[in-house]
Amino acid sequence: MKKLLEVNNLTVEIHTDHGTVYACRGVSFDLNEDETLCIVGESGSGKSITVKGIMRLLPKTAKIVEGSVMFEGRDLTKVPEKEMLSLRGSDISMIFQDPMTSLNPTMTVGDQIMEVLKEHKKEMSKQQRKARTLELIELVGINNPETRFRQYPHQLSGGMRQRIVIAMALACDPKILIADEPTTALDVTIQAQILDLMREIQKKSHTAIILITHNLGVVANMADRVGVMYGGKLVETANVRELFFHMEHPYTKGLLASIPKKGVKEELRSIPGSPPDLMAPPKGCPFAARCEYTMKVCQQYLPELTEIAPDHRCACWLLDERAAKMRQEVR
Amino acid sequence: MADTRTPLIEVRDLKRYFNVGGNKILKAVDGISLDIYKGETLGLVGESGCGKSTFGRTLMHLYEATGGTITYDGKPINSKMSAKERFEMTSRMQMIFQDPYSSLNPRMKVMDIIAEGIDAHGLAKNREERKQIVNGLLQTVGLTAEHAGRFPHEFSGGQRQRVGIARALAVNPEFIVADEPISALDVSIQAQVINLLKRLQRERGLTFLFIAHDLSMVRHISDRIGVMYLGSLVELAETEELFAHPMHPYTQALLSAIPEPNPDEERSRQRIMLEGTLPNPVNLKDECKFCSRCPSVGQDCHGVIPPLVEITPGHWVACQKCK
Repeated sequence: MKKLLEVNNLTVEIHTDHGTVYACRGVSFDLNEDETLCIVGESGSGKSITVKGIMRLLPKTAKIVEGSVMFEGRDLTKVPEKEMLSLRGSDISMIFQDPMTSLNPTMTVGDQIMEVLKEHKKEMSKQQRKARTLELIELVGINNPETRFRQYPHQLSGGMRQRIVIAMALACDPKILIADEPTTALDVTIQAQILDLMREIQKKSHTAIILITHNLGVVANMADRVGVMYGGKLVETANVRELFFHMEHPYTKGLLASIPKKGVKEELRSIPGSPPDLMAPPKGCPFAARCEYTMKVCQQYLPELTEIAPDHRCACWLLDERAAKMRQEVR
Repeated sequence: MADTRTPLIEVRDLKRYFNVGGNKILKAVDGISLDIYKGETLGLVGESGCGKSTFGRTLMHLYEATGGTITYDGKPINSKMSAKERFEMTSRMQMIFQDPYSSLNPRMKVMDIIAEGIDAHGLAKNREERKQIVNGLLQTVGLTAEHAGRFPHEFSGGQRQRVGIARALAVNPEFIVADEPISALDVSIQAQVINLLKRLQRERGLTFLFIAHDLSMVRHISDRIGVMYLGSLVELAETEELFAHPMHPYTQALLSAIPEPNPDEERSRQRIMLEGTLPNPVNLKDECKFCSRCPSVGQDCHGVIPPLVEITPGHWVACQKCK
């Protein structure tokens, strides 16, 4: 498998009137060709900021202070903005959570898809652009592309709008598709349709997908590999089966235990407390305050993301060889 | 099923229509009949726009019913209630809202938010007692007395929802409508709130109408589940019966669309994919509303509204095909 994207120690800070938010604190991961990487975590864990950092679509108050994002031999954190402009939407494109706000209400959906082609495929004639747009509308499973082409976003349902957003993202056959909670605003039956569509598209065009979600069911459905984020850090990464069946990080365990199991009426295991304030992130492990196995070292030092099995990395002091005794008790 | 129990609430042919202008009528709730038994949790599921929230609000008499009757513990709930009756009713039924950010007044301290019902119903004799009741309620929902002096913005989403629950409990209600109480919360916080609701039900013998679209949580908390589609109740059954033998084609599709948090199962299962999206709910024809998307639609489905029929004991379905 070829590495497509290499994120190294990406660190993003947001400067607000109340102080600095350390939203993404040294995140590293790779994305391979033709794979789906799911990033899960609760709101405020830094998953959106991480991918926006990769795309350099951060709000004005946010800044990448450290780290690199390697894509085809270039560091995306350092390339000039002009180069980034030509990359976005062609090589790497993004789908946002809310299809109501990511489409322009004053333009027909056809024109909006054509705009992407106009920007990135300058060699195409107007007729070619239109033909390609109709093809894209059909590709994302919308009937009557000719009629839809001339319609405005408000004339379409939520699921249909999200399909149009996907069509825009696919317009230039991107190598990487980043989807930030693409189905959160949609109903379950529509969610199933959209996820199905994304899988179909990946099968056809071999696009690598980074999918951000907080729904573990969606992860189980879509992911090849999974990254779990907590408090601005990546705390565990593994392939999907390894993560669901042999998770090691106490947060991942807590997260999986807090979703109801089929037919089990017992009390849910919840994680007590709430996530850390990223304005003043804890010195040690971000999960230490809520972790039931917390040790002295957890409060003081940040655990490193270390490989514990092939394709399974975890950042937890319990996995350190010096904590072997404690670990046995935990298990 | 134990239909010998006396229902706390009897709903018969409840309708709530909205006039959306220009002779157009939106039938948000269109002829729903069901019973809610004392001490049970009835889950109500359906996609956005199916009228489940409108049903909950009509039940609370926050909306005037367009037609049909609601009987609460033998007494009718309608606009003919006297002011006194209505006032009494507010101490017996309470509501927990979806969005903990907009359902708490940002200018009031938590103490006053929770005590509003206590004051209205004169449940505390003096300030000291009022304070004690509020502190007790805060402890019940897992907060501390310290929190009473704070404003809503100082709390996280999960904590706000706890304040909303404490407010609902303040008047000692017997019936609570929880309208999507967890959908604005993170997964690990959802579990905290669900556990809290279940504990309160055990301790206080509460009856819940739990409205949600997250089926896995509804399954966990509910004794019985009703499925709604475009204003109609299409299926009603005990929780495990519904999941084991869903009969209505819509329920079958809905259940098969829930992603399961298990990669092996998730990849091997067969999904029933529904074509298209919800039709425009305005001025619908008087026929089975699922006709336009139903995978097993037949000739006899058009032109008739299928009644909700008890197919096996306690399992009610509204479908021409299920007989």
